[in-house]
Amino acid sequence: MSDKPKFVYVIYIASSPEKVFEALTNPDLTEKYWFGFRVAAAGPAGSTFTARSPGGEKFNKGVILESDPPRRLAYTWHPQYDHDKHERPSRVTFDIESFRGQVRLTIVHDDFDVGSKMFEGISRGWPAVLSSLKSFLESGQTSDPSWFYEAVKKAEEEAQADRVQA
Amino acid sequence: MDDGFKADALFKALADASRRELLDRLRAENGQTLSELCTRLDMTRQAVSKHLAILEAANLVPTVRRGREKLHYLNPVPIHEIAERWIGKFERSRLQALSDMKQALETRDE
Repeated sequence: MSDKPKFVYVIYIASSPEKVFEALTNPDLTEKYWFGFRVAAAGPAGSTFTARSPGGEKFNKGVILESDPPRRLAYTWHPQYDHDKHERPSRVTFDIESFRGQVRLTIVHDDFDVGSKMFEGISRGWPAVLSSLKSFLESGQTSDPSWFYEAVKKAEEEAQADRVQA
Repeated sequence: MDDGFKADALFKALADASRRELLDRLRAENGQTLSELCTRLDMTRQAVSKHLAILEAANLVPTVRRGREKLHYLNPVPIHEIAERWIGKFERSRLQALSDMKQALETRDE
């Protein structure tokens, strides 16, 4: 069924909802834990969302669908890599709740194009971004990004190979 | 994964073949109801329900309500956190190479 979420990720972070919201929307902060990517998503509903790779090119763009700081954020997700830019944008929703002195952050990624090839990259990507966000907010430490680039490159090569076979 | 209590809950949740089978089923098809998970399983509904509660407590299986249905999802984030905790950046590419080699050799044998 189309209204059934495709992916749901949950992480508990010892922080405040305000800090988590800020970390998800301010490019100066995302750059520190999101493997060098500058993610700008602080605008109101209807404004533009962008994510730039460490090299500076726009790797993802979309529209802010909902912004209710510090509780909820949703935007469309439209990667600009060669292998997935032809797909219709999907949707990412962040829910930020206080839970027993911590923050419970839930990410729902859904509304994918029919036959989307994006799943493999996503199921590797979000857990890495979330645990890096947790380390960043709790201890100021961040994960080593090199394997992330390897994973992205590999996903691109696999998608290329699939296309050649098809 | 600095919290020892949380790590204990996670390892206990994973230390059971039936629960790992439930995780595999969710990986194959995310967002299933209890009834869907019970089909073709050699377990009573009560047993599946109990296993799911343990997986949910370990944050491995979050649920989403949709109308009267409760949908179960595989949340790989805690597993990723253990990997981050125990596998350093230098090991990762070597382990990936070994895992690729194992996969290539096993595929060739089929």
